Amino acid sequence: MTTSTPAVEVRGLRKDYRGVHALLGLDFDIQRGEPFALLGPNGAGKSTTIEILEGYRDRSGGEARVLGVDPQHGGLDWKARLGIVLQSSGEQGAATVREQLTHFAGFYPNPRDVDEVIAWVGLEEKASSLIRKLSGGQRRRVDVALGIIGRPELLFLDEPTTGFDPEARRQFWTLIEQLKAEGTTILLTTHYLDEAAQLSDRAGIVAGGRLVEIGPIDTIGGAEARIPVVRWTRGGIVHEERTERPGEFVARLSDEGEPERLEVIRPSLEDIYLQLVGKTDSTPVSERA
Amino acid sequence: MTTTIATPTVVTPARIVRIGLSRIRYEIVTYFRQGDAVFFTFLFPVVMLTIFSVAFSNTSFGKDAAGHAVSAATYYLPGMLAAGVLLSGLQNLAIDIAGEKSDGTLKRLAGTPLSVISYFIGKIGRALITGILQAALLVLLAGVAFGVKIPTDPAKWLTLAWVFLLGVATCAILGIGLSALPRSGKSATAVIIPIVLVLQFISGVYLAFTNLPTWLQNVASVFPLKWLAQGMRSVFLPSTFQAAEAGASWNLSGVAIALGIWLVVGLVMARFTFRWIRKDS
Repeated sequence: MTTSTPAVEVRGLRKDYRGVHALLGLDFDIQRGEPFALLGPNGAGKSTTIEILEGYRDRSGGEARVLGVDPQHGGLDWKARLGIVLQSSGEQGAATVREQLTHFAGFYPNPRDVDEVIAWVGLEEKASSLIRKLSGGQRRRVDVALGIIGRPELLFLDEPTTGFDPEARRQFWTLIEQLKAEGTTILLTTHYLDEAAQLSDRAGIVAGGRLVEIGPIDTIGGAEARIPVVRWTRGGIVHEERTERPGEFVARLSDEGEPERLEVIRPSLEDIYLQLVGKTDSTPVSERA
Repeated sequence: MTTTIATPTVVTPARIVRIGLSRIRYEIVTYFRQGDAVFFTFLFPVVMLTIFSVAFSNTSFGKDAAGHAVSAATYYLPGMLAAGVLLSGLQNLAIDIAGEKSDGTLKRLAGTPLSVISYFIGKIGRALITGILQAALLVLLAGVAFGVKIPTDPAKWLTLAWVFLLGVATCAILGIGLSALPRSGKSATAVIIPIVLVLQFISGVYLAFTNLPTWLQNVASVFPLKWLAQGMRSVFLPSTFQAAEAGASWNLSGVAIALGIWLVVGLVMARFTFRWIRKDS
């Protein structure tokens, strides 16, 4: 087996639903052992993309390779190398946490230790509880546990922390750090930008069925998008100026008298993101090599 | 593209069977934790047998060769056994799988290296084991509480065994096939139960089959439950009752053929309708 091929390769990925174009040609790669985040508003095509890669949906055009296999024709041996955490579901949950994990562990050739995984997701005290009696956040942790029980090479996480309280999210992040340290490739979709920044090295932003940006989290949107904004009020009018040298600018500004409500704003990831997904006429980008 | 095909470690027949057996255990454990399913598929025939046996306790349903009256419990036991097989197999699996399809269970399983065959082994195994428990409960109740004479002739037990096994297999497979019919888990009971209920009324479970008009008997003869009930009657009813059957015979070869045909129909249906998920819905 070669490890030099990317874990995920996507070229010109398209998806039409009865004449509606959900994906208009996506290109990206995810390297082995790389954590990668797909960001984007609801309906942008994140879940469609991830479900095509998981083998749940057939693409309308383009190429896709997941662990070197076309996901449309992925067999059981291929599935044994994946871990999939879907968006939440409403299953009966008539098994206990330990029963469910033990049962699923049996599907995989080289599963993780059940009790270790239960401890990882922080459900030791609930191990003997029926899943249907757990809270939403606890059930979500069972989903995550089921996703990693098979010791996947590639882990798909579709909005994994929905319904988590802040502490559970922190715990989850620690878990993902451990998986990263083990070399697990991770494809994450999320609405939480701090989560993407925390967990992934690179991110792609999907909007309107196109990849509008892709790159390391700290350069997303380009240097341009990170230029600080100086904002002040004078004579009741709000002024804004984008400048690479805000200190110099403010010094000059105060020569004309003290500006009211002076602020120097560095665009947060969120600001950059909102700016990116707000451009409806944005053109798709190809991955920067 | 460089070759990255993993060594096939997952798909060996032994593994598929082993995981299938673990599915049976899992299916049974979770089944008995679902109160409504247990009542409407497992205990229902037991309750019905009790009601009929008590309600018609003073009614004679005919005489055996020695001139002894045949009680309501004796008369209804074969029908309830047949109904139990239909409920544990067809009704339960059709509703259960339709529910698993709509609540995301199947989608989750589809993302694991679980083989469809292992999944089916689990479902059919559950139908078989709950069906055996149910039949044992019915026979025990009839024998102990209602004084039904349980046959001692090994030939009768052999008949019971093959009719039961063929019946469970056919009903379970048909249940898998019919699970594609309901559009959602919520509508599953509304779609499946009427089918099952009508079949029971026209196939000699609740109403004496031999008293039905001939045309209705002919309609029922198209479906498997009539044959299943007939096979059960041949085990528990005195041979004198044979005269009332169509052709004055239990027609066990007919039972085998009819159930066998439906088994094949079910297999074809399951093969072409079963999907882990509806792609692109």
